[in-house]
Amino acid sequence: MFIPHTDEQKKDMLATIGVARFDDLIGALPKNLVRPKLNLPGSMSEMELVRHMEELASRDHLAQSYLGAGAYEHFVPTAVWSVALRGEFATAYTPYQAEASQGTLQSIFEFQSLICELFKMDVANASMYDGASAAAEACLVAAKHTGRNEILVPETVHPQTLRVIQTYLAHSGARVTSVPCPNGILEPTVLQKHLGPDTAALLIQNPNFFGCLESHVQELSDLIHKAGGLLIASTYPVALGLIAPPGEYGADIAVAEGQSLGLPLAYGGPYLGLFACKNELLRKMPGRVVGQTLDADGKRAFVLTLQAREQHIRREKATSNICTNQALCALAATIYLSLVGKNGFKELATLNFQKAHYAAQVLAKGAFAPVFQHPFFNEFVVRCPTSPEKIVERLAKKRVLAGLPLGAYYKDRADQLLVCVTEIKTKADMDQFGDLLAEAAR
Amino acid sequence: MNGEKVVEPLSFEKSAPGRKGLPWPVCDVPVIQVDKQIPANLLRTEPAQLPELSEPQVVRHFTRLSHLNYSIDTNFYPLGSCTMKHNPKVNDRIVQIPDFAGLHPLRPHELSQGILEILYEVERWLSEICGMDAFTLQPSAGAQGELTGILVARAYHEHRGEKRPVVLIPDSAHGTNPASVALAGLTAVTVKSTADGQVDLDDLLQKLTKDVALVMMTIPSTLGLFEPRIQDIAKKIHDAGALLYMDGANLNALVGLVRPGDLGVDVLHVNLHKTFATPHGGGGPGAGPVGVKKALEPFLPVPRVAFENGVYRRKFDRTNTIGRVHGFQGNVGVLIRAYAYMRLQGAEGLRDISENAILAANYLKAKLTPLFPKMPAGACMHEVVVSGEGAFGPGVRTLDVAKRLLDYGYYAPTIYFPMIVPEALMIEPTENESKETLDHFVETFRTIIAESKATPDLVKTAPHTTPVRRLDEVRAARDPRLRYKP
Repeated sequence: MFIPHTDEQKKDMLATIGVARFDDLIGALPKNLVRPKLNLPGSMSEMELVRHMEELASRDHLAQSYLGAGAYEHFVPTAVWSVALRGEFATAYTPYQAEASQGTLQSIFEFQSLICELFKMDVANASMYDGASAAAEACLVAAKHTGRNEILVPETVHPQTLRVIQTYLAHSGARVTSVPCPNGILEPTVLQKHLGPDTAALLIQNPNFFGCLESHVQELSDLIHKAGGLLIASTYPVALGLIAPPGEYGADIAVAEGQSLGLPLAYGGPYLGLFACKNELLRKMPGRVVGQTLDADGKRAFVLTLQAREQHIRREKATSNICTNQALCALAATIYLSLVGKNGFKELATLNFQKAHYAAQVLAKGAFAPVFQHPFFNEFVVRCPTSPEKIVERLAKKRVLAGLPLGAYYKDRADQLLVCVTEIKTKADMDQFGDLLAEAAR
Repeated sequence: MNGEKVVEPLSFEKSAPGRKGLPWPVCDVPVIQVDKQIPANLLRTEPAQLPELSEPQVVRHFTRLSHLNYSIDTNFYPLGSCTMKHNPKVNDRIVQIPDFAGLHPLRPHELSQGILEILYEVERWLSEICGMDAFTLQPSAGAQGELTGILVARAYHEHRGEKRPVVLIPDSAHGTNPASVALAGLTAVTVKSTADGQVDLDDLLQKLTKDVALVMMTIPSTLGLFEPRIQDIAKKIHDAGALLYMDGANLNALVGLVRPGDLGVDVLHVNLHKTFATPHGGGGPGAGPVGVKKALEPFLPVPRVAFENGVYRRKFDRTNTIGRVHGFQGNVGVLIRAYAYMRLQGAEGLRDISENAILAANYLKAKLTPLFPKMPAGACMHEVVVSGEGAFGPGVRTLDVAKRLLDYGYYAPTIYFPMIVPEALMIEPTENESKETLDHFVETFRTIIAESKATPDLVKTAPHTTPVRRLDEVRAARDPRLRYKP
């Protein structure tokens, strides 16, 4: 067990303290409320616990999943967590004492460097809670930086990201304006109509919630900049092995959900908020940052820096209330990217692209036609011959997740299903999926 | 490397063109041409310059980095207010069970019954332990929990037609408290502390106007003290129409001993990475669930977990909700670990933890008292806060002593916090450290204090044995180098 004191030692300790019994130490607690009876289950041994947890887990066993929508089933190489869960990393805390935390600090510095490379941005922070809160914090930065209050969010941004942004912005003075995208991507002419003197930023998601690439991304970037606003680009890291990164089309802030970089799905978390920006925004960037410096002997070393922005010094005037990051998740992503490497990363993205395009063909043949004609990466929307909810329900009985019915998010898309295919699917999987869908639609 | 001396090269510096760490399978579907599907202007022009390493190189690189860290698994880590307790190894195994790790967050509820049961029970047990009526598990960390709790309280007041723009916060509070208040669009007003570190009741009452939405108190306080007047304070707060928020950072002192809800707390966050033994991970991920009394429940974030007719479901239909604070359901992997920890302990085991944490802190306090002239009298809760003033040799500061502790294999306590204690050292031993370790720690303090008088420079230039020595922090901030550049 976890408590080392013997009864004898406890007696000694109380004697050293100079009290007769433990309760003399908690005299400040209201006597009538002390030691309430708690209605909790009894304790378990480790052996019983493992069995119990395995039983709980097995209830939700699944054969195959085609569900994406912001959380992606990618292969996680064994070395990632075998190293990341080392106690020296997992059981350390925030590297306040840099001399005794160089492992964490250097890995964060490498993480920041990798994210800058991936996004083609100038600087990145040490990570944030998740992709949605990173997007929300980016909107706050844009409003502060421009002194304007309107954030344009096209309908092609993940609805749950939008919901988090609304929570974060609720009392900030800034507001969200939704921009319609009936065609599945944001059209420059539509954006043009929404730009105004109070436009602080345009937030795009690319590839977007429907899996489409925002085809006019450079034009959108030019338009928002001409209007004096910032471009915030939310992206999907794995896609960046193939598609243009935010820095290439002029994003001022790039954010992403980093879960695809070696983190398990884990029912939604812990995930990894990625946040990078241009140099000009550095001092307004929220969150932790690690910088390189020298120690007293002239050795290269790493340290938390630019802390004058942070809550423990600035309190209510801080750039954000975030006081930690998702360090262990950032470490896993760092190991993952180091292992996959430069060529491997492009190969991974290509595999996703090829398999998803094959699946789209298989589905189209089975009367599940694509809704959009835009280029896509590994996710696409199909029109279902019968109710998508019914199809999902039928396949769920066979322990297969068909995808995400869009009706719950978009009223006019009640016949549509969002399907995702990653590198882990084989041709045989997808052929079988096509058959199952055709059968379910009958 | 520009001629710099280096402890461990960066991964980028070990890279060689063409090297590979992970083979991908050969593509088993007919290959189509990428640039026929995606126009060139949407494609990446050159690959991201990721390092090119073999698997053994990657494993050795990060293992060597890990050796540069102090951690609970390797060292006593008495970082006050952070509750650096043992993280049970079985939890690493549990979260890696493939049927947990592979759970997609948007699964239909029919295929999420096991995990929803876990989340439902964690909410229920936290409610029971804290004496609250409902919990949301969505916040990812203590600070996000604070934001959530404040937004919920604000929504509650506004729903009743009341505009209350002010939040009262003691000057001993953690910096995230006022930062979270600002993010919620409210104004933080500071309440003074008395000389003994308790909240100045006169100052509090004077500021407790009908503009006050919330009073945020850390219980026990950041000085490791339990406020004996808390029920009376809660009553006065309620009489003024305000709510009492408890920063639950220090809950490890109270589990099974007293329930915050019974004391009059209306809303609180707890840090699962502290009290419930989930790993700190070098700075996250944590989890900061928020508990509330009945009247505040309608405002909690969605989705909520419900159990109806034998089936667990996620519920979205709450008209008064503040919305979402997380893209999905929160840090579920952390919540599974907390569930497992509670199951291992049971009610009695949990209470035993708090009692032993308090015992260890008071033992340490008693043993350190002869070394610190300003040690306050009386019992503390789970941590001891002491001023270094007058304890060390000429010109030696708390920072120096903290650095010297590293030389002896101890991580440093939290220092210079709370800010109301000059030269503060905040020491939290947790329930896990043996009497032998605590005794040795005290002897080390004695040695360092002797050194600070005999050879002050030795202490002022510490550490001497760590992988790197004191860092030039000014240089780091003045000329920020935040990424590798070849």
